[in-house]
Order: sequence, then structure tokens, then C-alpha cells
Amino acid sequence: MKIKATVIDPVGLQRTITRLAHEILEKNRGAKNLVLIGIRTRGEFLAKRLKEKISEIENIDLPFGALDATLYRDDFRTRLKQPEISVTDIKFDISEKDIILIDDVLYTGRTVRAALDALMDLGRPNSIQLCVLVDRGHRQLPIKADYVGKNIPTSINEEIKVKLKEVDEEDAVYLVDNS
Amino acid sequence: MSLSTKHLLGLQNLPREDIELILDTATTFREILDRPIKKVPTLTGTTVVNLFFENSTRTRISFELAQKRLSADTVNFSTASSSTKKGETFKDTVRNIEAMKIDIIVVRHQSAGVPTFLTRISNASIINAGDGFHEHPTQALLDFYSMKEKLGNIEGKKVCIVGDIAHSRVALSNIYGLLSLGAKVSVCGPPTMLPRSIENLGVKVYYDINSAIKENDILNVLRIQLERDAGNAIPSLREYHKYFGITKERLDKYNKDILILHPGPINRGVELTSEVADGEYQIILDQVTNGVAVRMAVLYLLGTLPS
Amino acid sequence: MDVLIKNIHLINPEQNLDTVTDLLIENGVIKRIGKIENINNVETLEFSNAYCVPGFFDMHVHFREPGYEQAETLLTGANSAAEGGFTGVAVMPNTSLAIDNGDLVNSVLAKTKSHLVDVLPIGAVTVGRKGEHLAPMAEMAEEGAVAFSDDGTAVKTAKLLRYALEYSGMLNKIIIEHCEDESLAGGAMNEGKISTELGLPPVPAIAEELTIARDIVVAEYTNSPIHIAHISTKKSVELVRHAKEKGLKITAEATPHHFTLTENALKSYDTNYKMNPPLRTEEDKLAIIAGLKDGTIDVIASDHAPHAVEDKEVEFTFAPNGIIGLETELGLTLTELYHKKILTLEEIIYKLSVNPRKILRLPLPRIEIGEKANLTIFDADKLWTVDKNKFKSKSRNTPFDKKLLTGKALAVINNNQLHIID
Repeated sequence: MKIKATVIDPVGLQRTITRLAHEILEKNRGAKNLVLIGIRTRGEFLAKRLKEKISEIENIDLPFGALDATLYRDDFRTRLKQPEISVTDIKFDISEKDIILIDDVLYTGRTVRAALDALMDLGRPNSIQLCVLVDRGHRQLPIKADYVGKNIPTSINEEIKVKLKEVDEEDAVYLVDNS
Repeated sequence: MSLSTKHLLGLQNLPREDIELILDTATTFREILDRPIKKVPTLTGTTVVNLFFENSTRTRISFELAQKRLSADTVNFSTASSSTKKGETFKDTVRNIEAMKIDIIVVRHQSAGVPTFLTRISNASIINAGDGFHEHPTQALLDFYSMKEKLGNIEGKKVCIVGDIAHSRVALSNIYGLLSLGAKVSVCGPPTMLPRSIENLGVKVYYDINSAIKENDILNVLRIQLERDAGNAIPSLREYHKYFGITKERLDKYNKDILILHPGPINRGVELTSEVADGEYQIILDQVTNGVAVRMAVLYLLGTLPS
Repeated sequence: MDVLIKNIHLINPEQNLDTVTDLLIENGVIKRIGKIENINNVETLEFSNAYCVPGFFDMHVHFREPGYEQAETLLTGANSAAEGGFTGVAVMPNTSLAIDNGDLVNSVLAKTKSHLVDVLPIGAVTVGRKGEHLAPMAEMAEEGAVAFSDDGTAVKTAKLLRYALEYSGMLNKIIIEHCEDESLAGGAMNEGKISTELGLPPVPAIAEELTIARDIVVAEYTNSPIHIAHISTKKSVELVRHAKEKGLKITAEATPHHFTLTENALKSYDTNYKMNPPLRTEEDKLAIIAGLKDGTIDVIASDHAPHAVEDKEVEFTFAPNGIIGLETELGLTLTELYHKKILTLEEIIYKLSVNPRKILRLPLPRIEIGEKANLTIFDADKLWTVDKNKFKSKSRNTPFDKKLLTGKALAVINNNQLHIID
């Protein structure tokens, strides 16, 4: 693994979170019916930061949960390693809510597809909007993010590594070379 | 993390990490059981056969529900097997079923060692749902899950298995697994119901139920298998109950903090009084619920192993 | 059959014979012993490093005819014996029908009379081996039964055993006992630490020992010889040793599997380790070896028990007991007892050739001019790997497949026939 470039630095990450929070509030005309659900692992921490930011801006405490979509994945048979699974922790009813689904990187779209299926099994939300920190392209499914922190066109041999203090001891987004 | 094995034959030689992985994974599935839609698509396209050569409605239903909740295709094959009945051999039966492209076989059989035998004649993943008086690993795993759920940790806990140890498949799996998880394990029952050299497995032996209650954190109380050889091993059920039965009086008197497990079905008035079976010490129905989650975990971990 | 065997090591401890020389057999009879030049039109055999001894005899085999011919017939069993280096066997009567009358005894002999291997029937002690009435032992003896046994089980009651011993004594025939107490029998393996681990229904060692003790007491009372089949426990060896010390006419045999394997092998749940008596502990195995060494155990016998694949490859507790043994017996004996310096070659010849015939009161083959040639030729050092698919037995139920053994039979000669082993 070779780091090619730092795409977002710690200060930039803060700014991006702030902008995303504003966009979400602007598009939904406030935060009234919103709930935030992060896809484990890093989407969960991004969601938590957005929740705090929105609370700062609107002075409202949004319901927040973590979703593990592993069991809904379509690639069990093709992978070399068995994925780890963790618990979905959503302590509220999602029915009739406007869900902001949050993940770190949008790539093929398959994780989001799995997350959408998982959410549908939990109830019938009013809407689901997708928020990602980085969109690196190469979609394999017709999925498009509503809120994008940064569009970073990549080649197949490259990878986006999102680092968050909660799990990685630093805040940063790197472009790395896997070839 | 993956299991180190393709089959779940027993807990005797299963590494502690595997046991812990199954128990951790079961937490995920336990959460799913509380959802409005208790089903995930994970094992779509995976075919599981429940090969039951011995009646066991509960275990079969638990496995079947676990399979359905993982969206596996499930087929049941139940038959009473016997050595005298001529006709298709066990081997032919298995080969025929496997020829229909089966991924996982869940097997229950009255003859110990049948799951091991299956690994030699089949390419499927084998899950032992109880073989003879040998092992019943998923039952023990759900016992452990329930113990952990209640007490947080198993390491260092004192667990006593009470009853007909010699004619039990649950006892051995409990002993192997609990020892592996760091518990202190004992057995309690009349000597005629304890297999020879049981101490060699590293367990303490009680003949006095009151001491067993007093000195342990958990009692796992086994069913007295009336249909098996127990008839000759004890004078009467009445006498068994008098000297080994778990009563509320005994628990109140000797250990108010004890936890009672029972694999079911209960002979009320024999190994447990109704008061205990329905009372505050027991977690018998939690065990049943957890059984589905634990079996989902096992099916998930074996069913999604990269080939 | 005429054959000249060159440069062969002749051994017969009964004759104090131990010499390397040539041997000429004409028409099945030993014609000359000594330095012999090649003779026109006589086949010449020359083995390097081979012994020639009085033909081996296995006094405990099951050939399944009549009744279970899919597992073994008298012919395939006899072929298996020849391939293993045996010129004689005694077949147990627990076929279906049980060999319990003169006609059946006669039919076993009639079907095998032209074979190289002497196949000698043992008659049942009781009618149908049911343990109710004595079978017609005098009639069977007259037709050629060499001994009596209810093998598969012990003679059911002490009273019947007493009668059997007394009655067979009149006929100068012995009783061979499969010692197992009925009320304790029925398990699938030896009771102990391993049976507890494996959850298999156990049978305790005392099931065997109790019946041996009973048999010794009854045989002492009737002053009869009695032969204890396949002894397998330490205590059994002690009981027999003690009886011998008292001067009782007790003899005993052990199988190669009981001096080679222990119950640990059961951990694989492979039914080829399921036999009766079951494989026991290491301590028992060592006691069997000690008993062979000090003479407590007189005979090595295979308890050759063929089972068809479809009968043996089943669930462990449903599988029948027993393994085939004729074609691995000599190799295991030499590997485990001779090469490990437990027994000398002479002692092995006693246990595989002399003693079984003595116990059954059969004539002893001699390597002497004018005697009928009844010989086994073997290489005590030949390394070979067991391949069950090459067995002449009709069955394949052996736990010794792929095992490397040292020592193999090369040829057998008997009844004016020569068989060279592959």
C-alpha cells in the first residue's frame, strides 16, 4: 500500500462535515423528521459527527443509529475472507422517518444496496437519502448519493482510505495505490 | 475471523477462539430476532438438509427456524433408523441426498460418531445436532450464550451439570466447552448415572445435591431420559426426585444467587419442580430463544466459509 | 506335486531342526533333505532369506458359509488363509445355520477337502448356539469336528458348560470359550476414559474376566481342558496364568489386534476398530504381550471375521463386530513380537503352528523324509505394505490397510499342493 495523496486533511474534514450538515438541513428544510443512520464501521462515526454538527446549528438532538449490512451482502461466495459482522443498533422505529444514510466511501454501490435492503426489513421509512464522505466512482448499481463530501475520480487499482480519530487515531482521507 | 473448521462435530477439540466467535456472532443474530422482520438474506441459495434419524421436534424446529431466518433453502428428512431394518443403508441415504447438491447437513442420530462418519462420505459441512450419548454442540453453545447473557462472563464461574450424565449428549458438550472457556465444571448424580472415569475429563463429582447447589454459580439440569437405560440405574423417579430433584426450598436455602438451566423438555416433578421450572432462578425459555440465534451463528459461519 | 527348494532355512523346534539346506518334495511327500542338484522336470524354488517351518495353523476363524457368503465362503476363506501363510484353520460354527450336527460338519469338510488348506470345523456346543440343549457332539466328532464352541457368546450357563466339558471329555475334544458375561455385554467398545469421551455404549473388562473365572472354576471341577479364545484384558491374563500355575488344563489365545492396537484407535469412529472383545487399554495390551512372552497365552489366532462392506460401513453402534486377519496375522506377529524382540522365531512357530494343533489334538507336521509336506515358507524381514484390495478374502474390513509390516509368507505347501504368494 502506497499513499499517493492526502485528499482531505483534518481541517478539511471538519469543513466538509459542516457543509454536509448545512446541505442536509437546507434540502430538508430543517431537521424535523430526520434520523441519522451510519453504516458500520466508519459511517457510524461520520453520522455521529453530523449529529453533533446539526445539534450545534439547529439545537436539535436527532435520533441516531448504526447499521450493519453485512448479512445483506451479495459477495459471500466470491470473497477470500469471511467478513466480520457486528450488531445493528437502531433503538427507534424508522417508519415514516426521513433517513439520512451515511457511509464513508461510495464505490460500487453494493454496500448501499445491502444497507437499503436491511433498512427496509426494519420498517417503512418516508424517504432515504444517501450521504457519503467520498464518491470515488466505478458504480456497478444505479445508486447516486444525495450529499457528497468530495468527488475523487480514481482508477481501479487505487483505493480511498478514510481515517477517523474514533478508530484510527487521526482524521484524514488518503488516496492509496494498490497496484 | 473465520472458524477453524468446516464442520461442527463437537466441542471436544474445538478451539476456544471458535467457541467465542460463535457466541459473539450469535449476538448479531439475537438482535435480528427482536426485529419486526426476523429474516436476513444471507444464506440465499444455500441448501441445508436436516437429517433426523431420531425424533427431536424441538431441536429440529430450532434449526429449521434458524435456516429460514437466514433465507437458506431447507429440506427435512426424518426417519427412525435401526440396525435391524434392512433396506437402504445410511451411506446410500446420505449419498443420495447429497447428490441433490447440498451445502450443509444438520444431523441427529442415536449412534455416537455418525457426524464424524458423515464427514467421510459427504462433501457438505456437517453440523452435529446430537449423536448418541456423545455430543450436542449447539445445545451447549446456547447454554453458554444464555449463561453469558445473564452473568457476563463464563471464565471462573462454577457450573454443575446435574442428572443422568452417562446417557446425555448435552453433558459432554457442556463439559468440553465450559472447561475450554475457563469455567470450573462439576457433575452431580447417582454413581449409576455417571460414566466411568468422568473425573478424567477434569470435572469434580458431587453425590449430594445440596452441596452442588451451595458451591456452584450455575446448575445445568439434565432431563432424566426415561426412555433410555435410566430405568435400571435408579430405584424410582420418586427416589431420584427426593435426593437429586431441584426444589425451590433447596435453592432458597442453599443458594439464592444460583442460575438454573435445563435443555428441555422438562420432566416436571422429577428433575425440577414446577415452581423451579417457572420460577425466578431459571432461564429456560431464554435458552430456547437463544438457541435460534446460536444456530443462526453456526449456520452463518459455516455457510459463508470461503471455499 | 514335485518341487525342489534350494538353500532354505528349515526350522522345527519340536524336532530340534535348525539348518540351511535343500529340500525335495515328490508327490507332496518330503523325499530328500540335504544338498541336492537340480533335477530335470522338477520345479526349483530358491528364496533368498527364507525360513521353512511346519505349516501355520489358525484355530479361530469365521468363514461365513453357510449364511453370509457375500462376506466370505469356505473357498475364499481358505484362499485367504493360504495367502496369509496358513496350511490349516479351524472354523467357528456361528454361521447361519450354526454348525451343530454331523451333516453340517461333514458339508464343511466336503466343500474344502480338495483345498491346500485344511479347513477343520468346530461344532457348536449347543443346538443353534442357543444355550439350551447340548448339540450332538459325538456325531459331530465322528464326522470330523475338531472342537466345540458357542463362539460369539459363552456357553450360556455354568450347568451347560459343565455338561459340555464332561461330554466332550469322553470324545477327547476340547471346548473353546468366547468369554463374555451376557448381562454386561452389548456395548460397542471397552468401558473407560475413551468410551466416556466418545459417548459410545461401553462393555466393561469384567464381562470377559467374570466368565473366564467361571470357566476356570467349572473346568477345574470337571478336570477338563478348556481353551479361552481371544483374551484381551490384563486380569484375564492373570486369571489364566494363575490357573496354569495351579496345574489346570487351561490354554488361551490372543489376536494380533489385541497385541497391536488399543481403544485409542476408536476416536476415529472407524468401524474397522469395532471388535468383540473390544480393543482395550495400553495396560491391557502390554499384559497380553507379557502373557505371550511368558507362555500364559499359548496361541496366536486371528478371529478372522469377514463382513461385507455394506454391513460394516454403517453407523458405529449398528456395525457388526470383527475384522479380517488371516492375511495380516503373520506380518503383525513378526513386526510386533519378533522384531521388537518379545518372542523368538521358535516361540512364534509354537504359537502359530505347534500349540494350536496340540490343543486341538491334531497331528504335528514334521520336516522329515517320508512325511507329508505341510510347510510354510516365509521371509521374516520382508518389508511390505498392506493393501486390502489385494486380499484373497472376499471382505475388506481391516484396520491395517496401508500399514507397513516386516515379515511375509512366501509360499505354502500342503495336501500335495504348492501355493506361491504374490
